[in-house]
Amino acid sequence: MAMLEILFTASLWAAAIRIASPLIFGTLGELICERAGVLNLGIEGIMTVGAFAGWLTVFLGGDLWLGVVVAAVVGAVFGLLHAVLVVPFGLSQHVTGIGITMLATSLSYYTYRLVFPEVTSPPKIEPFLPYKVPLLGDVPGIGPAVFQQTPLTYLAFCAVAVVAWLLYRTPAGLAIRTVGENPASAEAQGINVVAVRVCAVMAGSALMGIGGSFITLSAFNSFFFEMTNGRGWICIALVVFGSWRPGKALLGAILFGLFDAYQLRLQQLAGAVVPYQLFLMMPFVLSIIALIVMSRRVAYPRALMVPYRKGER
Amino acid sequence: MRLEPRTQHSVARQILLPLAALAFAMIVCAVLVMVSGASPLQVFGLMLKGSLGSQFAVLETLTRATPLIFTGLAAAVAFRAKLWNIGGEAQLYIGAVMTVVCGTGLLPLPAPVLIPVLMVVAMLGGALVLSVPTFLKTRFGVDEVVTTLLFNFIAILLVSMLLEGVLKDPMGLGWPQSKKVIAEAQLPRLITGKRLHLGFVVAIIAAIAIWIIDRKSALGFEMRAVGHNTKAATFAGIPVNRVLAKTALLSGGLAGLAGWSEVTGLKGNLTLDLSPGFGYAGIVVAMLALLHPIGVIAAAIFVAAVFVGADAMSRTAGVPSYIAQVMVAVSLLSMVTALMLTRYRLRWR
Repeated sequence: MAMLEILFTASLWAAAIRIASPLIFGTLGELICERAGVLNLGIEGIMTVGAFAGWLTVFLGGDLWLGVVVAAVVGAVFGLLHAVLVVPFGLSQHVTGIGITMLATSLSYYTYRLVFPEVTSPPKIEPFLPYKVPLLGDVPGIGPAVFQQTPLTYLAFCAVAVVAWLLYRTPAGLAIRTVGENPASAEAQGINVVAVRVCAVMAGSALMGIGGSFITLSAFNSFFFEMTNGRGWICIALVVFGSWRPGKALLGAILFGLFDAYQLRLQQLAGAVVPYQLFLMMPFVLSIIALIVMSRRVAYPRALMVPYRKGER
Repeated sequence: MRLEPRTQHSVARQILLPLAALAFAMIVCAVLVMVSGASPLQVFGLMLKGSLGSQFAVLETLTRATPLIFTGLAAAVAFRAKLWNIGGEAQLYIGAVMTVVCGTGLLPLPAPVLIPVLMVVAMLGGALVLSVPTFLKTRFGVDEVVTTLLFNFIAILLVSMLLEGVLKDPMGLGWPQSKKVIAEAQLPRLITGKRLHLGFVVAIIAAIAIWIIDRKSALGFEMRAVGHNTKAATFAGIPVNRVLAKTALLSGGLAGLAGWSEVTGLKGNLTLDLSPGFGYAGIVVAMLALLHPIGVIAAAIFVAAVFVGADAMSRTAGVPSYIAQVMVAVSLLSMVTALMLTRYRLRWR
């Protein structure tokens, strides 16, 4: 009975949305890249470097929002590197993405050790505090669950709306979707395929960087090794789960957050009987199951992972 | 700017461009070393000395190269057939789990029998782990990159669970570690008193065996055909899904052997830090080797030398040893770029 009661507590839903926030940013970022026809496996590393760069900025005395901006810029820089290698150079998107993840992660760790040669406990910062939205925050049930989050979470929700509007209601979004579906016809329309893809990957990577910064500036208050812990890969699964649509991706991320928050509470109830590692496996198993379930209905962007070379058929 | 296929192939270019790629990685790292305030020449000197400068250093590098040869081969075999196996880490750990399950007294066999038996069970373990994503790929069209990556996390949690549960060493003072494998399961050292073990020889033999399979067998031909052009392979009557399944068995098995050799040759038991990312480094090894099985040996020794050298260097020079991972990552990216440039030329117009 206690297992069901948990589902109706505001704290569970608040935790679900908190857990979902970095995933929303990451999933949106990956979604933009893939909609333009580029798989970005650099996401895991870009989130790590975003988490690190944002945190370091704040630690060195920067404003929290400056940290978020720095995370976005650093993310975009790594996105640019990925984009140049896979779009104009046409390198394997798989291998390059893994390479970007390795590079971004190792550069973060190297710099961390350079700045803090001998620290035993990770240095801390003052993270974002929850902000209670006036009026809405007082609504019983929904208020504590949704409207008493940190500012970055609200930004995540805004980002979903902005990305959806951008993709479906603006010429830029049309260009992104066209180069991801049929680059040759985009070229015929006078769209510069390479430029659109590079810009899309940079924008997407900036969002991934912000998603990373949520981990160090909002969820925790310090940076430690392996703290991204597969969130990037989960985002890639969430993009498929959300059928490359921002709204559905948001839904997927929240559903995922809900599961994760729920298993954390189950762990406290059943932790003595069931090994805790089984609970920790849940997110990854869930992602794989989601991929299988969605596999029958997926409509990949047609040109995903297909390099475009002008005049080549 | 655009790319134009090269019409003439020059041997010099095919040798010089990869070398230039490695040089580029060195330059990037030199800049990072300068940021730390140390002298790049001194740091590279220390790395060279620490990895190849003495008998001890060379043996240590070869010891470190052993699991990398296995995981490098695993990646090379899979990538040739365009099966993107990024899950070497999971296959390595499950191979190690199988080794520990069967090697700690379950099978009381003499060494000449037990060692091959353990190799087989470790390969089975690794093969099984890769078979699941491969099945999901061929049956449901689920991208294997994501699933193999996710399996890495599942596998390490599974190992953690086993090490705190059924596989836990009762004499381990509460540490999450398995019992030691029995003496008959342990691999002999190649030189008495040194750490280099028989696993290195097995790794070399494995590389040669894969090279022979690749060049001389029908399976090798089919794997390459599937990798080059799946559609054409289907038209030619090659059973693509079956070839991919066989590739998965071979690739997963090789990664499983990495776990076997680390446990029985070096560590003696299974712990959660058995592999400091050998599975991921195997991908780099395979790419640096241009997916050539014999090249994997050289690439694994190079990557091992970078890691061993960086460890030794950071103890004396104080530059973080993560510089090794940066160097490996930059080498990977610059190498794939260099490979592209051997086939295409850049035109600025």
